[in-house]
Amino acid sequence: MLTFVVRRLLYSIPVLLIASVLVFFFVRETTDPLARLKGSGNRDLTLIQRETHRLGLDKPLTTQYGRWLKDFVRFKWGDSLVSGRRVSTDIRDKLRNTLQLIFWGIVASAIIAIAIGVYSAVRQYSALDYTFTGLSFVGLSMPPFWFGLIAIQLLIFVPKETFHLQHPLLYSVGIHSATNHGTLDYVRHLILPVATLSVQLVAGWSRYQRASMLDVMSADYIRTARAKGVPRRVVLFKHALRNALIPLTTIMAIDIGSLFGGLIITETIFGWPGMGKLFFDAINNGDTNVLLPWLMVTAGFIVVFNLLADLLYGVLDPRIRLA
Amino acid sequence: MKARSREDLSSGRAAAAVGSAALAELAHDHAPIEAGAVAGVEPEARSQWQLFWRRFLRHRLAVVAGGTLILLYLAALFAHQIAPYTLNPNLGDPKVLLQARHGPSLHHWFGTDELGRDQFTRVLFAGRISLVVGLSVALVSTTFGTIVGGLAGYVGGLADNFLMRVTDLVLVVPALAILSIAGKASHGSVVTIVLILSVLFWMPIARVVRGVFLSLKEKEFVEAARASGASGFRIMLRHMLPNSIGPITVNATLVVGLAIIAESTLSFLGFGIQPPTVTWGNMLAQSEGSVGTPTAYLIYFPGLAILITVLAVNYLGDGLRDAFDPQSTR
Amino acid sequence: MADEDLPISPTRPRPPSGRGDLILTVEDLHVSFPAEQGVVKAVDGVSFEVCENEVLGVVGESGSGKTVTALAMLGLLPRTAKLSGSVRFRDQELLNLEEKELRLVRGAEIAMVFQDALAALNPVYKVGSQIGEAIKVHHPEIHRHELRERVVGLLDLVGIPNPADRADQYPHEYSGGMRQRAMIAMAICNDPDVLIADEPTTALDVTIQAQVLEVMERIQDRTSSAIILITHDLGVVAGLADRVLVMYAGRPAELGDVETIFYRSEHPYTLGLLASLPRLDQDEPDVRLHRIKGQPPSLVFVPPGCPFHPRCDFARLPEPCATQIPELRSLDDPSHVAACHFSEEVREKKPEDLRPVVGS
Repeated sequence: MLTFVVRRLLYSIPVLLIASVLVFFFVRETTDPLARLKGSGNRDLTLIQRETHRLGLDKPLTTQYGRWLKDFVRFKWGDSLVSGRRVSTDIRDKLRNTLQLIFWGIVASAIIAIAIGVYSAVRQYSALDYTFTGLSFVGLSMPPFWFGLIAIQLLIFVPKETFHLQHPLLYSVGIHSATNHGTLDYVRHLILPVATLSVQLVAGWSRYQRASMLDVMSADYIRTARAKGVPRRVVLFKHALRNALIPLTTIMAIDIGSLFGGLIITETIFGWPGMGKLFFDAINNGDTNVLLPWLMVTAGFIVVFNLLADLLYGVLDPRIRLA
Repeated sequence: MKARSREDLSSGRAAAAVGSAALAELAHDHAPIEAGAVAGVEPEARSQWQLFWRRFLRHRLAVVAGGTLILLYLAALFAHQIAPYTLNPNLGDPKVLLQARHGPSLHHWFGTDELGRDQFTRVLFAGRISLVVGLSVALVSTTFGTIVGGLAGYVGGLADNFLMRVTDLVLVVPALAILSIAGKASHGSVVTIVLILSVLFWMPIARVVRGVFLSLKEKEFVEAARASGASGFRIMLRHMLPNSIGPITVNATLVVGLAIIAESTLSFLGFGIQPPTVTWGNMLAQSEGSVGTPTAYLIYFPGLAILITVLAVNYLGDGLRDAFDPQSTR
Repeated sequence: MADEDLPISPTRPRPPSGRGDLILTVEDLHVSFPAEQGVVKAVDGVSFEVCENEVLGVVGESGSGKTVTALAMLGLLPRTAKLSGSVRFRDQELLNLEEKELRLVRGAEIAMVFQDALAALNPVYKVGSQIGEAIKVHHPEIHRHELRERVVGLLDLVGIPNPADRADQYPHEYSGGMRQRAMIAMAICNDPDVLIADEPTTALDVTIQAQVLEVMERIQDRTSSAIILITHDLGVVAGLADRVLVMYAGRPAELGDVETIFYRSEHPYTLGLLASLPRLDQDEPDVRLHRIKGQPPSLVFVPPGCPFHPRCDFARLPEPCATQIPELRSLDDPSHVAACHFSEEVREKKPEDLRPVVGS
């Protein structure tokens, strides 16, 4: 297995390298680092020229790429064109905040989705099963950002009005209140963003888990287990679930990679100071110094998560592991 | 969900990156339909089409969904006739301003915004754009994806490898990020957005079609066709394509929904279709500030419009999938 | 009829003590499932008895109801199945017994070996632990070490080399024959009184088949359990069975001693099966392979009267074969029954009488 890991990691390097080339050219072609400067009505051509030269924008793109890559791998990511702060520090700080959302999002989604999936499979065609299926469809058909808005409206403002509360039940801006930094306060800030992030995940995963369970429950080895006299509950959790989780775990790990897209929306709506918000601001400001490392960092994460996914699959399924 | 190969995982990844568990299921569930009779029962002589229709009509929800979609598209088509007000009223007119910020009422079913514009009218016209975008993206991406995927699957070898590497690569970066950058740079015309979205969505379809063609290549009827001298092109067109109609259609249907959500998300963030062209997405962008205020109703209707449309699309896609291949676990 | 007339013949020596006590009685078992096109009558009135130490072969084509019968006995059918009749195991009625009670019987007193061992074993758990589970479920107080000893011992008993190492391997690391033997080990681990083997050799090569059957014989010598051997392969039956039940379309066609069934069959279906056995020993180039004409019937739209009549060479149509369902009846020997209106005629015929000669 170690050789597998090493081989995959080595394979990831050219992938990331090619990705960096594509990303670099793409960003440069689409985003003008001097947009802010030019856009603010600045007619000072000499200033623009000077900045162009300073940032090396007058050199051919390939040269620019070479320079950028050299600096990038040495973590010299430069300063934000907007805030002036070191990009690497910025990303590190924001990443820490984002990882909290990711972590809680995955944990909550996994538990809920598996529970729903197992229940729906065991009680197939029951009223609750149909309800869950319907809800999953709704969850998958709703733009996640709209869910966020509606959640804020219906869970924060409406109760506040209706029950004349002084403080809302949940918060929709940032990680902490200005004054209170306690755990409860944190949780109240955390719930809605995590929920928004999780809606699509739970909807998709629970359907997948249901299908996977149904597949597994009709397998021969389940019949064998029952024929041995194993109690129903043990058959369900020890034999069926263990097998049904295998494909689901890899789907979950895959989805985590694309979670970064959903973060852009969620953090923007809820003002969560993380990678998503960083990205949103960077695009609007044409801050290529932030965009490029951002894309590479997230690419790195996605590659790692995909690797973990394959590894997990191998761990769970002895047939792959020993092949 | 049988023991999956690396290929299946990658295809699933492609679809998951686009944000659809349904597409992911499709990516490895693409066994071609074989007209088989239930063991021991006399099969009635029916054409494939009739079988398909019978199965489809049994899914009441899918039929209702299909009907709803037709209605929605008709409403969009005849927006000018149906709309009670004009889309862009004279904004300085005090009569218009007087109507501003009214909640849903008999005069204005969906209320009015702070400029006095009737929301029902706006939702209706926005629907035109969003529905057209959804359909166009599906058509473009499906066409392109089918061609590329089919060729790759049939020809195999280097071309196939290349396709896989390319789609693998693009999955490494978050889709929404790339879309946002491209969208921002594009000045937000409908056509550009359609193209940008199609560039994303052709990939899962290409992989699915590739998979189907690959598996069909091994089948005897292809060998027979080749032995009788049929050209590769002819084989692909007359033998393989008809067998892939199922996954292609289902996939295309689901893409409509995904494209609508993607467009609305981009427009909401400000990287999609720009005003004055109205879409559900940019309506929500404008009304985001209404949350928690008396005009909060402004966020309900465009969002509900998206929800109902995409829900109908998904139910339709689900029904189609079952109708094409009744063996998939429901 | 001379013994050389058949390509295979019953070889199983009778135990000197004869048959043991009666332990399992199935009476008028009916099993039906709702299906899209109607109701599938998978089992339509089957009765038989099984005694200690004997091997009952259950023979029939796919869809004849053999497996469903076995599953019905252990209550392993899906919830949609409707059962009626009686399955008595040592004075206990098993049909519609509560799950709690049934669990005590399954795997301990009545055990089952399934057809496709690769699919029937859980791929994510080691073989040893799966066998161990079968023991531990019924003997929860057993210690880890003793459990392990027993598991290894069982693997050894069924002839698996290096049993200690093999116990820690996964099902996909075994060969087909070994897997099947591991399944047998798992079934006999609690010394069941009845062992049901559902097509234990069908998925295997012929040479491996022989090994597996030999294992089963050895087991039975040691444990004197009864075996219900379900198969469509008459060769397997000839080598192992004491008595044979032939099923067709969910109904019993014929039931009797193995020799009687082979040499003096009274049902056209049995005769047809015997006639279809290819003859490699005879030097008659102008004799074609016999096959029973027609197709197995739909279990939803079962032919009226005798279900076999559309394919039967002896049928008199329309009366009585297409209108009256033949009951199981015996001619001279009460232990031999057949469900045919014309079993006297059938008894006079030999399998090769059915075989067409080229040019005729």
